[in-house]
Amino acid sequence: MWGIVGQRVFRHGSSAMSLQGTRPAFLASRSFSSAAKEMTVRDALNSAIDEEMSADPKVFLMGEEVGEYQGAYKITKGLLEKYGPDRVLDTPITEAGFTGIGVGAAYHGLKPIIEFMTFNFSMQAIDHIINSAAKSNYMSAGQISVPIVFRGPNGAAAGVGAQHSQCYASWFASCPGLKVLAPYSSEDARGLMKAAIRDPDPVVFLENELLYGESFPVSAEVLDSSFSLPIGKAKIEREGKDVTITAFSKMVGYALKAAEILSKEGISAEVINLRSIRPLDRATINSSVRKTNRLVTVEEGFPQHGIGAEICASVVEDSFEYLDAAIERIAGADVPMPYAANLERLAVPQVEDIVRAAKRTCYRSSSLAATA
Amino acid sequence: MASGVITRKSGAMMATARYLTRRNMTHGGSCCGNHHHPPPFERKKQQSCSRSLLGFWRFNSTKASAVDVYSSDEDVTNTKHHQGLDFPGGHVSYTHSLNFISKSSTQNRVPCYRVLDDNGVVIGGSSSNISGDLECQIQQQPLISQQTALKMYREMVRLQVMDTIFYEAQRQGRLSFYLTSTGEEAISVASAAALSSDDVVMPQYREPGVLLWRGFSLREFADQCFGNKDDYGKGRQMPIHYGSNKLNYFTVSSPLATQIPQAAGVAYALKMEKKDACVVTFFGDGSSSEGDFHAGLNFAAVTESPVVFVCRNNGWAISTNVSEQFRSDGIVVKGQAYGIDSIRVDGNDALAVYNSIRAARQMAVNQGKPVLVEFLTYRVGHHSTSDDSTKYRPMDEIEHWKVTRNPVSRFRKWVEGNGWWNEDEESELRSATRKQLLQAIQAAERTQKPSLKEMFSDVYDETPSNLREQQEQLREIIKRHPKDYPSDIPV
Repeated sequence: MWGIVGQRVFRHGSSAMSLQGTRPAFLASRSFSSAAKEMTVRDALNSAIDEEMSADPKVFLMGEEVGEYQGAYKITKGLLEKYGPDRVLDTPITEAGFTGIGVGAAYHGLKPIIEFMTFNFSMQAIDHIINSAAKSNYMSAGQISVPIVFRGPNGAAAGVGAQHSQCYASWFASCPGLKVLAPYSSEDARGLMKAAIRDPDPVVFLENELLYGESFPVSAEVLDSSFSLPIGKAKIEREGKDVTITAFSKMVGYALKAAEILSKEGISAEVINLRSIRPLDRATINSSVRKTNRLVTVEEGFPQHGIGAEICASVVEDSFEYLDAAIERIAGADVPMPYAANLERLAVPQVEDIVRAAKRTCYRSSSLAATA
Repeated sequence: MASGVITRKSGAMMATARYLTRRNMTHGGSCCGNHHHPPPFERKKQQSCSRSLLGFWRFNSTKASAVDVYSSDEDVTNTKHHQGLDFPGGHVSYTHSLNFISKSSTQNRVPCYRVLDDNGVVIGGSSSNISGDLECQIQQQPLISQQTALKMYREMVRLQVMDTIFYEAQRQGRLSFYLTSTGEEAISVASAAALSSDDVVMPQYREPGVLLWRGFSLREFADQCFGNKDDYGKGRQMPIHYGSNKLNYFTVSSPLATQIPQAAGVAYALKMEKKDACVVTFFGDGSSSEGDFHAGLNFAAVTESPVVFVCRNNGWAISTNVSEQFRSDGIVVKGQAYGIDSIRVDGNDALAVYNSIRAARQMAVNQGKPVLVEFLTYRVGHHSTSDDSTKYRPMDEIEHWKVTRNPVSRFRKWVEGNGWWNEDEESELRSATRKQLLQAIQAAERTQKPSLKEMFSDVYDETPSNLREQQEQLREIIKRHPKDYPSDIPV
C-alpha cells in the first residue's frame, strides 16, 4: 500500500501528486518521523555498486560516460571521484570493444560491471555476450569463468523511438549460461545488483529508465551493506486468490495498480514480481496458479517468443489441470516503437489492458475474438 | 551505436552535465609527438578552474594562436609555436598545399625484418635496428642458445608430423574435423620460445605450436580431438579447440577476432596486478577486417595495456585472398593508425620471429603499452579439412611455398650449419613422433566419452535445479529405452 501511494514518475523536474510532496530524486534517503526510509532506484543502484566496489577491489566499472559525466543516467554518480580512473573507466564509443575487454578482464579474474547506455546498444556487442560470456565456462569445461555484470536501461522509455525502446529480456533469457535479472523496486535494485556482482556467472541486469527516479520504502535490512536477494526467486508483491498476474520491471507497478482497481470490483489479484527472468521462478508461478486457477502475464516487450510465452508454456506443462480459463498474455504491440506520443501510448500495455485481461479470465467480460 | 540521443533526463542535470561532455572529445593522444599530453583524467584539475558560471563551455576559435586550450605548464614551454593550430587532440602545424596522404604503392611498402636468408644463412650485417628503448640490442648473431634453438626445431618438426597424422585421421573418418598449421610452424613455436610461461596466450586456432612448446602432450591433443573423458574441454567443442589454464593458453573460440579486445581486457587485469607478464594474442589477416580488431587495438592503446597483437598474414582467409580482404599495405600500417608501435616480420624465419617477439614482449611489459607484429607467411595447407584450396589457387603456388619457402627446412639448414643437428636425428625424431602420435590416437579413440552429467555441468558455476531435473529425466529415459541411445555413453 505504502509502496503504491509513494510512487511517482519523475520527468523533467515536474512531479505528479504524491503524499510526500516534491523532492529532487537524488536526495531520496531521508528518514521520516515514523515511516520507513525511502530511496530512489537510482540511489539504490548507486549505493549497491559503491558498496560492492568498496568490499572487493576486483570490481570495476566500464562504459560510456560512466566516469566524468557521472553516468548517462547518473547511476554511477560520484564513483570516479571515490575510486579513481583505474576502477571507473570511461570508454571510447565501441560496445563491441568495451564488452570484449570486459569479458577478457573477467576471464582473468576481475569483476567488471559493463554499462550499456541502453540495452538497445548491446546489440553491437551481442557476440561477446552470447558467444563469449555465456558459453565460455561450458566450452572450456570450467577453465574460464566469466564473473561479469552487464547493466543498463532496458525497454521503453518515453518518446525515444524504435531504436531506443526495445525490451531485450527474452533475447538474453533464451541463452543458457546467462542469468537475467529485472528489478522493480529499490529493494530489488539493491539486492539483485549485489547478488549479480557477487555471482560467478555472467549476469544481464535489465533496469528501466523511467523507474530510476521512483522512490520506494527500504527497511534497515535492505540498507545494510551485506544485503542481497537470491537469484531465481520471484516476489509476491500482493497476495490474492482469484487471478495471478506476473510482471517484471515497470509493469509490476502497473500490475499493482490494476490489482487495486480489480479489488474494488471484487476480484482479488495476486501480483508476482518475477525479479529473475533466467532462471525463472517456475515454482512460485505454478503454485500461485494452482491457488488462483487463472493467469495473466504482463510484459512491455514484443509478444512473439516473449517472457509471457515461456510462462504460458511452463504453466501448461506443470499445472494444466488447475487452469479454469485460458491464459492471457499482455505484451507490447508487435511493431517497432513509434515516436508520436499518442501512438507510443497505444504500443505499450496500460493498466486498463491488465484489468480487462484479468476480468476475461474471470469470465466477467467476453473474450477477445480470436486473432491470428 | 551510441547516438547523441540521451533524452528525458531530469532537467536540472542537463546543463551541469553538458560541460563535462567535451572531455570525451580530447584524449592524451599524439598530435605532433613533441610534447606530452596528460591523459584525460589528469586534466580534471585544470578543467574545474575553467568552468564558467553558466556551466557551459565553448571552444576557443581556431585562429592560429599561441593559446593552447588544454595546456599544462609543460606544453607552454615545449611547444614550438611556429605556424600551428590548436584543436582537441593537440597542437598541429598547418600547410598551404592541398595534398592527400596517398595509400602505399608497391614502392613504399613497410619493409620486412628477417635474419636468415632462404638457405638458412644469417644475412650479413643483419643487426636489428630496433629503437633505443630496448635494453638488449640483438647483435649480428641472434641471441639464441643451442638448447633453445634445438627445442624450437624439434617442436616445429613435431608440429609438422602431428598435423600430417591428425589430418590423415580425419580423412579416414576417425576425426570429424582438423586444421593444420602447415607453412606457419615457425610463427607459433618461435613466438612461444620468446615468451615467458607467465605470458597469457589468447590464440585464434592455428597456433598449437605454442601448446607444444609449453608442454601439452600429444595424448592431450588427441584427447581433445576425440572429445573423450580426458579432454580438458569435456567433449564440449570441435577438434583443435584446445585450452589449458595451467599452460596459460586460453581455450580456442570459433568466432573470429573476439580474442582481440578480450586480450586488451586480460592485459588490463595484468596491469592492475602489476605482473611481469603480458598478453599475446594471435589472429589472421582475415580477422583484421572484423570490428573487434578496430575496437581491441584502439582500446588497448587508450588504456595502455601490455598486449602484443600478432597477425599471421598468410595471404588467405579460406578462399579470400588478401587483395580482396583489404587495400592497405597489410596489417602493419594499421597499428600506426591506433598509435601502436608496429613491425613487419618474415614469419617463415624462425629467428626473426623469435627476435621480434622477444623485443615486442619487452616493450609491452616494460613500457606498459600494446605492440603490433605482422608476420608475413603463407598458408600451405587448406583452410581446414572442410576446404580444398586447389579450387581457388594454383597448385604450383602451393608447391613453391611448401618446398622452397618452407620455414622448417630453412631453420633446419641453420641448425645443421651450426653442427647441432644431423640427418639421423631428423629421421629418429620424425619416426618417434609418428609412432607416439599413432599410439596417442589409438588410446584416445578407445577412451570412454564424457559421462551424461558433463552435458549439464558448467553451464553455470553451480548446476541449477532445472538442469539437474533434466539430467535425471534423461537418465531415466535412457534406462527405459537403451536401444534408442548410443551404448558408449556412461550414464
